[in-house]
Amino acid sequence: MNFDLTEERQMLQDTLRRYLSDKYDTETRNKIIDSEEGMSAEIWAELAELGVIGALFTEEQGGFGGFGFDVSTVFEELGRAGVVEPFLDTAVLGGGLIARLGDDSQKELFEEVIAGSLHLALAHGEPVSRYDLSYVESTAKANGDEIVLNGRKSVVVNAEAAGQLIVSARESGDAADQDGISLFLVPADTAGLTMRGYPLFAGGRAAEVTLDEVKIPASARLGEAGKGFAALSDVIAVADVALAAEALGAMDTAVELTRDYLTQRKQFGRPIGSFQALAHRYSDLLIEMEQARSAVINAAGHLETADAARQNASTRNLIGRVGRLVAEESIQMHGGIAMTKEYELAHIAKRIVMCDHRFGDIDYHLERFIELSAA
Amino acid sequence: MDLNYTEEEIAFRDEVRAFLDEKLPKELSDKVAARDHLGKEDMERWHAILNEKGWLAPNWPKKFGGAEWNAVQKHIFEEETARANAPRIVPFGLSMLAPVLQAFGSKEQQDYYLPRILNGEDWWCQGYSEPGAGSDLASLKTRAVRDGDHYIVNGQKTWTTLGQYANKIFCLVRTDPDVKQQEGISFLLIDMDTPGIEVRPIILLDGVHEVNEVFFDDVKVPVENLVGEENKGWTYAKYLLTHERTNIAGVGYSQAGLESVKRIARAERANGKPLIENPQFAARLANVEIDLMAMSTSNMRIISKAAAGQAPGVESSMLKVKGTIIRQEINDLARRAVGPYAMPFPSETVEGDNDPIGPDYAAPVSAAYFNNRKLSIFGGSNEIQRGIIAKVKMGG
Repeated sequence: MNFDLTEERQMLQDTLRRYLSDKYDTETRNKIIDSEEGMSAEIWAELAELGVIGALFTEEQGGFGGFGFDVSTVFEELGRAGVVEPFLDTAVLGGGLIARLGDDSQKELFEEVIAGSLHLALAHGEPVSRYDLSYVESTAKANGDEIVLNGRKSVVVNAEAAGQLIVSARESGDAADQDGISLFLVPADTAGLTMRGYPLFAGGRAAEVTLDEVKIPASARLGEAGKGFAALSDVIAVADVALAAEALGAMDTAVELTRDYLTQRKQFGRPIGSFQALAHRYSDLLIEMEQARSAVINAAGHLETADAARQNASTRNLIGRVGRLVAEESIQMHGGIAMTKEYELAHIAKRIVMCDHRFGDIDYHLERFIELSAA
Repeated sequence: MDLNYTEEEIAFRDEVRAFLDEKLPKELSDKVAARDHLGKEDMERWHAILNEKGWLAPNWPKKFGGAEWNAVQKHIFEEETARANAPRIVPFGLSMLAPVLQAFGSKEQQDYYLPRILNGEDWWCQGYSEPGAGSDLASLKTRAVRDGDHYIVNGQKTWTTLGQYANKIFCLVRTDPDVKQQEGISFLLIDMDTPGIEVRPIILLDGVHEVNEVFFDDVKVPVENLVGEENKGWTYAKYLLTHERTNIAGVGYSQAGLESVKRIARAERANGKPLIENPQFAARLANVEIDLMAMSTSNMRIISKAAAGQAPGVESSMLKVKGTIIRQEINDLARRAVGPYAMPFPSETVEGDNDPIGPDYAAPVSAAYFNNRKLSIFGGSNEIQRGIIAKVKMGG
């Protein structure tokens, strides 16, 4: 039994934490959020240079990490600093699918992802699919050597920046079937693909994507026809670890800010943390944070095992619950100052809460856990 | 024991409903229902409609032009207006300052200011909190020094709600720094266009400009703008805080919020079924509805006592705490209900002419969830309320 990070991961954590605390302060980050692009190309390039993307993939795939603890190490640091740049979308989801399914020529795109020169977006969720991963109404119809895509994709994070979208569409079966879903690499400028972009509540951007008679060559299909679901599940399992770790890092920041405020803010002639009513609630946050940290370790440590799905469901349920507690209690113990846009905690709290809206909220993961535990 | 309204009360409720049916502009109720931001003119428009009917000041005595309703009538009015998605009455002049002027102001102040509050000539804002004086309000530092027939005011107020619309501010200022904190505070009325006043916006975490900082730099205020006696301001401030405690539970807002969550949950689908049939979600919804049913009756018990002339005590604090917990839980359910569509930022969806992103009910829910964290912070935080309850009940 050993709960220490390996030397390589410890170095990665130290490097990332130092870089982000130097280069990604509240003011810089808030400017990035308000910018038209919703991200910084400079920060993206420098983080890619530091190995953030490479660490998310195995040597076989072309990276130098790729295990659960690599993913959790990277995303915990991104979460700690409230990073809004779309590493989850371009790297974990987009890069992850190409690494798993891509043929040799498609894998050339993967090298661009590792180098930080190409953005990707996963266009999978649809207006009524909610968190149901197999629900795909969009269609793909083969027409000779051509494939025609039709449908609507919702809240496609990073769509506007992406050079290529990975679009899921159904080649057979009913809307909720796992079988019959295919994945396609679609260049963003393909005729018939239109986007309506907008900023996200917790930073970054997304778009509603419409596919209207989008014609692509059959060679744009990633993997086998109708067999996309397994790979989707695999990359979303990695995304579950990433989101849980990101929330954990952000929660750590929230609790630290709260500690500082409780010790520095004086009312009634003394630090407010000296009031037992607040001191005990702060202690409760610390107790729950230990639970949260262990939950992320459980998910990261089981990612490569047969129990990954159940562990992920358990972790995301717990992180969702503790995340809401930490976000709300941190704001409450700060009072008005935490309600202001400029204050670090405001952004951090939004990041924490919004993690619960990607790939399943606490109720979804609870149901999944019950189902997988019964199996 | 009778849980029902009397015949007279039912008649009054029907009168309120008929009035709302007829007079509440649909543009306004649509905006409120969509949680769209109301502009100054929207709020003034609604005030004018109520004023014409004589219902703008439910709690004022008739001799000042109020409706002089009892607690049950006020409750019915608040419940019905919330249910009809009427704009809230902006409370600063009408229900915060006016009762203080009526109890402690001079005849001249009453004659001058009260009609101007009713007819909308003056928009008041509240100058209480300071950066260093939040929950510990009595530690406020904004200084007023007497100089002939003026006070010279220096300092800073913060969290000044809708201060950007106001032409007047009522302020707590320190006039004697050498006595016990509570004994050196005065209550001043100040024109916002006096030289030396600067208003700076504070943007909240949902991107909204609803509060401000107000800076005072050698601001000259005529002594006749002092309310009551010098150094007695804390008494008036406390009167204000205990006086305006009706609707503190926000029952009507919670009921409207709950109906809205149910509408969303009927429209959303999870696992191929309406979300409202999802066992986890249905249980969450049921729990909060059960709490709300009980709180609604607690609220009526206190209102009924108040209508019989008994002043509410710690029950107000209890209702504030429970009421905010319930409202915030409903906000959380709404956010949860819309799934991934909680993620878009509402700036381009609620304001402006664009169609909403996703279903129209999704646009405001995340902003509402975050914005309403304020409910348990302002007006005496829930921690302060709990302190009051324990202190009173343990005889401290």
